[in-house]
Amino acid sequence: MSTTYTVPIGPVHVGLKEPVTAWLDLEGERIVGAKIRPGAIHRGIEFMARERNPIQVIYLSERICGICSFSHVIAFIRAIEDLAGLKVPPRAQYIRTLVLELERVHSHLLWAGVACYTIGFDSAFHLGMQMRERVMDVLELLTGNRVNYGVATFGGVRWDVTPELAKAMREMIRYYRREFTPFREIVMADPVAQARMRNVGVLTRDEAVRYSAVGPTARASGLRVDLRKSSPYEAYADIPVEPVVPQDYFGAAHGDVLDRFAVRVLEVYQSLDIMDAALDGLPEGPYVAEPNVNKVLASLKKAEGTGWGIIEAPRGDDTHIVSLKGGDDNVFWWKVRAPTYANAVSWPLMFRGNELADAPLIINSIDPCISCMERMMVTDGGGDPLIVTKTELLERCRRKTFDLGSGIRTKGAGTGGLEGGTTK
Amino acid sequence: MITRILPQLFRHIFSRAATNLFPAAHMPPSLTDALSDPDSPPNPTVPVGKRFRGRLNYDRSKCIGCKLCVRVCPAHATDYLAEEKKIIIHNDRCCFCAQCTEVCPVKCLSMSSQFMISSYDRKANIVTGA
Ligand code: SF4
Ligand code: SF4
Repeated sequence: MSTTYTVPIGPVHVGLKEPVTAWLDLEGERIVGAKIRPGAIHRGIEFMARERNPIQVIYLSERICGICSFSHVIAFIRAIEDLAGLKVPPRAQYIRTLVLELERVHSHLLWAGVACYTIGFDSAFHLGMQMRERVMDVLELLTGNRVNYGVATFGGVRWDVTPELAKAMREMIRYYRREFTPFREIVMADPVAQARMRNVGVLTRDEAVRYSAVGPTARASGLRVDLRKSSPYEAYADIPVEPVVPQDYFGAAHGDVLDRFAVRVLEVYQSLDIMDAALDGLPEGPYVAEPNVNKVLASLKKAEGTGWGIIEAPRGDDTHIVSLKGGDDNVFWWKVRAPTYANAVSWPLMFRGNELADAPLIINSIDPCISCMERMMVTDGGGDPLIVTKTELLERCRRKTFDLGSGIRTKGAGTGGLEGGTTK
Repeated sequence: MITRILPQLFRHIFSRAATNLFPAAHMPPSLTDALSDPDSPPNPTVPVGKRFRGRLNYDRSKCIGCKLCVRVCPAHATDYLAEEKKIIIHNDRCCFCAQCTEVCPVKCLSMSSQFMISSYDRKANIVTGA
């Protein structure tokens, strides 16, 4: 006769970096069911945006996330550029790509280090964190800050890549090519690390499709999805990017934590190649279309409509949709869909049949960013509670998307990810 | 694997520490005061990059009171003083984006490289430019 106990992990827990609660049903040590309850870190950023003009919202969007801040900025800026029809000079596109890849490197290195820490492999954690300093230094040289760079603006970037900076970046790339492989081998060849990560938190290929996993989580399950390939933006149109999937490197995709580790680690090498290519091809010319912020603000005040920006952030697809009203200084509305939102629904599947001690590792394995994810909050406003079935919800969603699409160009909408993946 | 991690371990025994020392021996009540204390020179900090954005400098006499900096400040860190047609900056609210220094027509705002500005005194973090 077995008894099922329900144990909460979180919202505040040593193994988690951000507040989220996983209610786990346990039979002994085995997890038989899981419920995820977010709702502890909603900050109302979209509401704050409604009393700020687009220039101010750039810096607000940067604060959605501390790690992938630049991805949010670029997605937001691309949405505004899309609706106002602003052009970005080629040099700015390349600089944006460079910073996006620098950000991917530091995000993946941080995750790889923290994953080692979660399984108790502290030596590798320190090694990873020490290595990460190098890319942070380059980011600081380029943008002035280690986080929240403030480097992008409408129609370009605010600071140029000078020859010294290009040299520092090349040196950094050489450093990682030399130093990163020992780190990878120390972790991936370690029998204990393998035992902790192999066949833990499995998400099969079909489940990843059904539950719309994105980014490295989807790729680790063997899906070839990468917006940098399927709908290229900035300089990715010139620099070919192949989605990193484990079957290309190890023969088969297990969709477990070790595969997610491998995908992120291999993506670091890919980012180094992309940065090399971007530095090689860095076009000459201006790095911002209109340097006068006042003129930009005046033109955005006249702009009206809805714009989309969808990019491949370190954790997956990041979508921003922004609407401006003509004659109004401020942002009219703004919707953010961060990658963790798509990946979090796969958590209950990943928990199945694993042990309680693996729970923090599984939670961390999708590289969750709860602050990114929590975009809305339902409070008890005294109205009638409304319960909708899944079919109804889907129907409502489709209708809303259709209504949105009828007023605007539907360009880019809906291609966010899985299409490139199901057709291998 | 042990064969892979051993070379790393030996390398790190003989290499310089990767971390820097905290500027003061213990956390003082005011870091800014402790750093300017001639009796206990602080541990040297790592120099900041050329583009580093620190505490704002404000040249009050040059300011023409155009309010452009108030308009672009994402953190609402600048307050406009209507009678004097000047501004004050609350550095504890500033997010160091340098948008105001970029937009100011007479360039009376600039970012310094000073970053240790935390203090228990809120007023110490108001830049009046006086
Ligand atoms: S640096 Fe940015 S946050 Fe600080 S006062 Fe200037 S505009 Fe405001
Ligand atoms: S933008 Fe410059 S001149 Fe105008 S109010 Fe601000 S500080 Fe003064």
